[in-house]
Amino acid sequence: MKDVYTNRKYLIISFIVLISAVLLVKLFIIQVVEDTYRLSAENNVLRYVTRYPARGLIYDRNGTLMVSNQAAYDLMVVPAQTGRMDTARFCSELGISPGYFNERLKAAKNYNRRSPSVFLKQISAERYAGFQEKIFMYPGFYVQPRTLRKYSRPVAAHLLGYISEVDETTIAADPYYKMGDYIGKLGIEEAYEEELRGKRGVNIYLVDVFSRVKGSYADGKMDTLAVQGSDITASIDYGLQEYGEQLMQNKTGSIVAIEPQTGEILTLVSSPGYDPSLLVGRVRSQNYAALQSDTIFKPLFNRAFMASYPPGSTFKPINGLIGLQEKVIVPETEFGCNNGYLFVGCHSHRSPLDLKDAVANSCNSYFCQAFRRILENPSYPSIPEAFDKWRSYLEEFGFGKKLGTEFSNELNGILPTTAYYDRYHGKGGWKALTVISLAIGQGEIGTTPLQMANMTAAIANRGYYYIPHIVKAIGSGKNIDAKFTQKHSISIDSTNFEEIVLGMELAVNGGAGSTARIAAINDIVVCGKTGTAENPFGEDHSVFIAFAPKENPRIAIAVYVENAGFGATYAAPVASLMIEKYLKGDVAMNRKWLEDRMLKLNLTDSIPEVETQN
Amino acid sequence: MKRRINIWKGTDKITVLLFLVMVIMGWFNIYAAVYNEDHKEIFDFTQRYGKQFIWVVATLVLASFILLIDSRFFFFFAWFIYAGLMLLLLLVLVFGTEINGARSWFEFGNISLQPSEFAKFGTALALAAYLNHRKQELTRLNVFIPAVGIILFPALLISLQPDMGSTIVYFAFFIVLFREGMSPFVLVSGILMVILFFLTLLINNLYLTAGLIIVAFLVSFYPVRSLKDLIRGFLIIAVTGGLIFLLDHFVIKALGGEMILLIAVILSGIPFGYYIFTRKAMALLVIYLFLLGSILYINAVDYSFNNLLKPHQKERVEIMLGMKSDPHGTGYNVNQSMISIGSGGLSGKGYLQGTQTKFKFVPAQSTDFIFCTVGEEWGFVGSFTVVGLWLLLLLRLIFIAERQRSIFSRVYGYGVVAVLFTHFFINIGMAIGLVPVIGIPLPFFSYGGSSLWGFTILLFIFLRLDASRTEYLV
Repeated sequence: MKDVYTNRKYLIISFIVLISAVLLVKLFIIQVVEDTYRLSAENNVLRYVTRYPARGLIYDRNGTLMVSNQAAYDLMVVPAQTGRMDTARFCSELGISPGYFNERLKAAKNYNRRSPSVFLKQISAERYAGFQEKIFMYPGFYVQPRTLRKYSRPVAAHLLGYISEVDETTIAADPYYKMGDYIGKLGIEEAYEEELRGKRGVNIYLVDVFSRVKGSYADGKMDTLAVQGSDITASIDYGLQEYGEQLMQNKTGSIVAIEPQTGEILTLVSSPGYDPSLLVGRVRSQNYAALQSDTIFKPLFNRAFMASYPPGSTFKPINGLIGLQEKVIVPETEFGCNNGYLFVGCHSHRSPLDLKDAVANSCNSYFCQAFRRILENPSYPSIPEAFDKWRSYLEEFGFGKKLGTEFSNELNGILPTTAYYDRYHGKGGWKALTVISLAIGQGEIGTTPLQMANMTAAIANRGYYYIPHIVKAIGSGKNIDAKFTQKHSISIDSTNFEEIVLGMELAVNGGAGSTARIAAINDIVVCGKTGTAENPFGEDHSVFIAFAPKENPRIAIAVYVENAGFGATYAAPVASLMIEKYLKGDVAMNRKWLEDRMLKLNLTDSIPEVETQN
Repeated sequence: MKRRINIWKGTDKITVLLFLVMVIMGWFNIYAAVYNEDHKEIFDFTQRYGKQFIWVVATLVLASFILLIDSRFFFFFAWFIYAGLMLLLLLVLVFGTEINGARSWFEFGNISLQPSEFAKFGTALALAAYLNHRKQELTRLNVFIPAVGIILFPALLISLQPDMGSTIVYFAFFIVLFREGMSPFVLVSGILMVILFFLTLLINNLYLTAGLIIVAFLVSFYPVRSLKDLIRGFLIIAVTGGLIFLLDHFVIKALGGEMILLIAVILSGIPFGYYIFTRKAMALLVIYLFLLGSILYINAVDYSFNNLLKPHQKERVEIMLGMKSDPHGTGYNVNQSMISIGSGGLSGKGYLQGTQTKFKFVPAQSTDFIFCTVGEEWGFVGSFTVVGLWLLLLLRLIFIAERQRSIFSRVYGYGVVAVLFTHFFINIGMAIGLVPVIGIPLPFFSYGGSSLWGFTILLFIFLRLDASRTEYLV
């Protein structure tokens, strides 16, 4: 049959010839015309020396340096380039055993004879100073500078986080990281890893067979500079943080203080803590294991936002607020108290009380009856619907979910749903009295100290808060995440807040019956609320929330002292000392005795069990 | 009556010679690429060059064996061979061993086999048998679509492994279809798609869309031949575009510039359609559809590139297009490969003297990057020789294909040309940074039994068909 397309062969042939010509032209260009790719052929190999950037520094809100860098040196080896050398001297200079020497060299050979492996990690600057002069005697070895963290004071470990070498999973997930890189873990180091780490650079050298650097490859055109990480200004007050940790020493618990107008976290203490410099350098893994194996005090466990407690009486102001907003009570509403309400007990105080006095005296009966009115509110067709409304207010305060701080491991806390009670008691099988313990912050509810501090800030602001955060500024002028400057308003009128604030003022500054008079400070109006979180494992936890001053508050604080009993006993003094220290700079003479007592107080001997429920 | 012919006499000596030269050059270069003072013996069978020697010997036996088979066998069993190999491609997806994230290999003890290397000659045979049967009727859709199916079925199976490199090779068979009468529109569209793909990534989409519209109007002048009509048409599209812009600016506020242009082109289709219909201007219709198709296509490419590609795939394309430079990350292979080839200079560093390849700066240097060793140790002289040998081989194969008397043999021959050409172009192109890194071997040079055997079978079936070209008219 006739082949009508026979001429197409010429097109195909031309195409193939054209492509071959293109290949030849490009080959001619890179092989003959251009010099860029050419190396002086003999004996030269390239050595890629990574330039590790210095990690960004971390300052506190007043510009005090908290975290800086110190130099350390990784000793590298290229096994194929090693030669005759005095091994014994080499070992003694580095403080290693001949066994270690042989083992490392063998491992490096097995990895790759011609590329560099790390021989000895993180040699200190002192040891390096002596070694550096003699390195020429040891062919095949060279030194790569690294930076390690340095902490100005032995505090704030939980908040700052630490640095470790990247692991396989991170390398697989993020193409930026390469074996041997450092990465921030937990705290600010993790949350702001990308800002802090900077950008790696590389210098490419021509190296002869004796490992001598012959110069830069391609006149340094292929080199890249390391870009230093951005500095971070934390919202933390370093002095207050240190003071808080001192007050909490020999106690378990936590302190969270927030600046209400901005949501900036001033202090975040989890006690017991640890010295952050324990997790720096070659001692890191061994110290980390030791801290991790302490299962009694769990120093690595950050109680401030990973421990969930029942809020106890510190929850009463919220129920009062919801009652006012739902119009089931008014400020003048009085309830009687006969040392309790049904099966919920109360302590003795004068009776009946109105709202502000009920807050000041922490009357259980009052809030049980108020809570019952909230749930049995005739405006809602059923109790579950009234409950849902109540729950929606709590959600607005940030309970039952992560607040959205920079910390990746923040806990949700527990906020029960109607579905939960339906499942437990059957649909329609529960009423206000079934869940009455929620009235006084007990029962199926769990909140973290951070959430309580945030609630306090919202009360201090009379109805709004900003998501708590630990960073004020990044580098020079880069803004922090926009979500931290977005106002979260709560749908409760500010006039209702004034009533509750009045009660909290009276709790600290009122007459007989007020629960927290120990927290009063000269010429500053502190508003607070005590709490006692029931603990099924032992002595109750002492809780105190407070803010000050009453008008234009500058600090809102939540203090938890575990296994310490009533809120007024330990948590309230700690909170008031923190407030005084922050607002006045120092503790007044007439309260030195209290400071002294708190600093010396040791609660760790008697308690074996720490509650860390999730 | 049959004429008995001497097989050896009928076999094309030039091709056999070129084949032998390439295989031997390949073997010496593999020795250089993995050269190591501890194993200097070239027949050391623990090393790659030792193993490659075994495969070279085996491949010569295989080649002789193919020459002894009756040439009609390949014609009559073409579909069975194709079906069998497709079955292997299916089985490897289930029973294959996963190496480097792809399920491409069968492993039997020490021996591993890559069915995608063998599926190429199966596809060439099936295509030849099909086109032999349907003659040159590829312009008809019911003939063209099954032909595309024969090609894309193995490509689809291989892309599931996933092995993008081998998948791309199958598109080379469109060269065969073109030779056998495929509409040039398909080829033009294909080339246009490739060009637009790169332009989309390089140029702002808005400018590209505007550019396409202007080009379409310039091209339209040829069939329209009336400047007035052309200006009228242009005004229609401009006014429509302007109205949509105003509508978007004040009411919708969600359309981007390229979206406005796209809608304008679609809406203008109504008056254009009327114009085309009343004047029966089919050429204009084609231009309009090409324009619309191109605009939709570039938006699809843009979307896929930004949303569907994985970051490392994106990076490879970006590095190749020069949008990004990263000598130590993804671009490492190419950078190192270009350094070693470039450092070869005019005459090379001498055999076994290549420092770049010897010190293992180039990854996969005995397989996909074998050309680096040639470039570094033999310089431009060596590169020129290899490219030259390849050009000779390809032209010789086209010459042989054209002298066939049966469509079957000719189509098969062009299949061989297409596959070998694609491997040659992509492999060397990627080593010198012309093509993104697509891991496919350089036939007859690269280390590996499966690929060597696969290409040998591919080539020698053709030589066998050619030896009998005067004998049968299958």
